[in-house]
Amino acid sequence: MHLSSDELILWQHGFFKLNVTIVTTWALMLVLTVGAKLITRNLEGKVHISRWQSLLEIIVVNIRKQIEDVGLRHPEKYLGFLGTLFLFIALSNFCTIFPGYEPPTGSLSTTAALALSVFVAVPLFGIAESGLGGYLKSYLKPTFIMLPFNIISELSRTLAMAIRLFGNMMSGTMILAILLTITPFIFPIVMSLLGLLTGMVQAYIFSILATVYIAAATRARQEAGE
Amino acid sequence: MDSMTLIAMASIVTAGLTIAIGGIGPALGEGRAVSTALSSLAQQPDASTTITRTLFVGLAMIESIAIYCFVVSMIIIFANPFWNHVIAQAAAK
Repeated sequence: MHLSSDELILWQHGFFKLNVTIVTTWALMLVLTVGAKLITRNLEGKVHISRWQSLLEIIVVNIRKQIEDVGLRHPEKYLGFLGTLFLFIALSNFCTIFPGYEPPTGSLSTTAALALSVFVAVPLFGIAESGLGGYLKSYLKPTFIMLPFNIISELSRTLAMAIRLFGNMMSGTMILAILLTITPFIFPIVMSLLGLLTGMVQAYIFSILATVYIAAATRARQEAGE
Repeated sequence: MDSMTLIAMASIVTAGLTIAIGGIGPALGEGRAVSTALSSLAQQPDASTTITRTLFVGLAMIESIAIYCFVVSMIIIFANPFWNHVIAQAAAK
């Protein structure tokens, strides 16, 4: 039994190691980009649109609405980043219905990379919204005594995001593997159904947490404007 | 008892205790959160989207405590550094 799909190495040449995580990540990225390109190749503005276009419209409109609900005024600015996060995690968790598939989100390196991208994106969006000084001032709120705690929370929430996604997905595959050795008939199916639900909820939570953090970083300017 | 047996025993017992004790708190907390959210949903069905979103985010926060415990117990069982150290020492002899 292995803890993550990092340990399954498909191909190795000197320093370069090609493990299952990288291969599945690139395959998922390929599916997402090629699929989106194929669907948006001929968009229609008529009453009857194709099924795939309708699916994409539902997804994009709902992500926009969720971002707007959290309190970000212009969701277009954040749609690219947050939507990509959600779609990638959701697809990688959803594909667990295929047997033999190892979700890349079940490896700590993938989730750490995703959490680090949020860690970098939050200050960037904050600075873009309220300027460097305005963003740095948000660390001094409510008083300057809170400065170390604000910095600690910035770091610990990144760690928490990475560990949460990793733990949830890893526990899903781990429980399935254990159940297959004990009761291999019906029970694993029920658990994999539960795993699908957890995967979707985790994708939602990851992207909504990123949205909330970005909203908190950009809020200083909006409050001053009101 | 040699050190190998001791480490194995301590690891197994600690892994069980970690997930058992670490599960109690988040379970109680999540139960309270969900019951409060349900009663406020019943009182204000109009605010269901806000309540549901906040509930999910809050549940994720609470659940991460249990996930930490789970990850620690998994590390103790499958990737125990002390166990690997002892095995490496035994192999060197």
